[in-house]
Amino acid sequence: MKVGVLALQGAFREHREVLDALGCEAIEVRVPQQLESVDALFLPGGESTTIGKLLDSSGLRAPLRERVAGGLPTFATCAGLIVLASDVLDGRADQEPLSLLDVAVRRNGYGRQVASFEVPLRVEGLTGAPFPGVFIRAPVIERSGDGVEVLARHDDRPVLIRQGRVWAASFHPELSGDLRLHQRFLQQEVAA
Amino acid sequence: MADPVETDNTDETLPSDATLQSVDTRATGTATVKRGLAEMLRGGVIMDVVDATQAKIAEDAGAVAVMALERVPSDIRRDGGIARMSDPAMIEAIQAEVTIPVMAKCRIGHFAEAQVLESLGVDFIDESEVLTPADEAYHVDKWSFTAPFVCGATNLGEALRRISEGAALIRSKGEAGTGNIVEAVRHLRSILGDIRRITVADDEELYGWAKELRAPIDLVQEVAELGELPVPLFCAGGIATPADASLVMQLGAQSVFVGSGIFKSDDPASRAKAIVEATTHYVDPAIVAKVSRGLGDAMRGIQLAPSDTHLADRGW
Repeated sequence: MKVGVLALQGAFREHREVLDALGCEAIEVRVPQQLESVDALFLPGGESTTIGKLLDSSGLRAPLRERVAGGLPTFATCAGLIVLASDVLDGRADQEPLSLLDVAVRRNGYGRQVASFEVPLRVEGLTGAPFPGVFIRAPVIERSGDGVEVLARHDDRPVLIRQGRVWAASFHPELSGDLRLHQRFLQQEVAA
Repeated sequence: MADPVETDNTDETLPSDATLQSVDTRATGTATVKRGLAEMLRGGVIMDVVDATQAKIAEDAGAVAVMALERVPSDIRRDGGIARMSDPAMIEAIQAEVTIPVMAKCRIGHFAEAQVLESLGVDFIDESEVLTPADEAYHVDKWSFTAPFVCGATNLGEALRRISEGAALIRSKGEAGTGNIVEAVRHLRSILGDIRRITVADDEELYGWAKELRAPIDLVQEVAELGELPVPLFCAGGIATPADASLVMQLGAQSVFVGSGIFKSDDPASRAKAIVEATTHYVDPAIVAKVSRGLGDAMRGIQLAPSDTHLADRGW
């Protein structure tokens, strides 16, 4: 299984390391050709404004939208969630999300870095210990559409969601040292 | 903005969908959270800005963060005098202008300036040799802060001492305000070369390394095991062109700070955007070439004589 990690900017290396540990062939995606051969895609955290601009300059915006809309299993974290959302609140006026997830997210909704936090999460379908939730200047999911399934919450807000074959987290499973979410996503959406 | 001390009162007695609720209180200011923000800045460009207008240009160009300061290093170098923390009003104006993280500098050892910056909600505090040091012996105890710190280093020992004091991010110092990449390259090669040598040292030799580097043995052992610093390593000081960014990224830096190099050039907006793209596509010379075309003059730059002030010598 070949898994792409969007590597324009942000914590792409951490996703790649988790995928390596799970025995996947992980490749970094910076230009459109690299997107063609992947069986699944991770969109990392980082700065969503920067990633948005680099999606345009790299020519990845259209092919990425096409592949994800066409059913490519995709897991987006933090800034990745903002990139896929249908509505972005408190973003920049020129921030143009891909509208592939029926959610409204508020950028930095949990506050500035001094308010960034860790909290254990209960995740639907994950057995054993709670999942370590690492929230870094995280977006808040303020609204989610009918087709969106909530897999974990914090403070009454969804923090892990699924819509079709797209998963998205407002936190960072790749920074937690816990492989279970990556593993479960791949088992459920790719291996099946 | 969420209250930093807000707690989650959810407990296991909640009915209905409580199984999906988180089960504990929020922990802020942890090493994971501090280093986590540094990870989010990887592959990006952090730009020095002196006002909200420049901050907007930086964000428009795709900067991952801005560093708010009153004078860029080349002006500090030219003007002389004592360089201090910026006016809080100026930092707040920049925070109001952009959505990306805002960093600001405090003087080496000036923990009161650091406290002020943290109270302003600055996302990263740079305990910086570019400002005039406040303490000739000690750096700030960075563990005692909720905000993460970045510190400069010229060699591995200095990097590990800063990490032992709580720095969540290390940047090579280079020589700020010169537009000359040579010092940054020397510092990166020193840090990364010593890391490579440590990874092949045996257990006895690691104690010798700790002594030579004047660094804690547990951090030396951690570097030997990881083959890299336990926090990200960025590059600062002297980056003026897209090819400079590509060079230091290929040498092993994970992001770049650009100070005077953008707003002391002919066309800051175009140059900023070009350096952002070169940092992402640093392995692809065709893209670096494409973005390097027609940018106008880079900052003029200066070559320091041995007798000139070297900011990189500040820090202990």
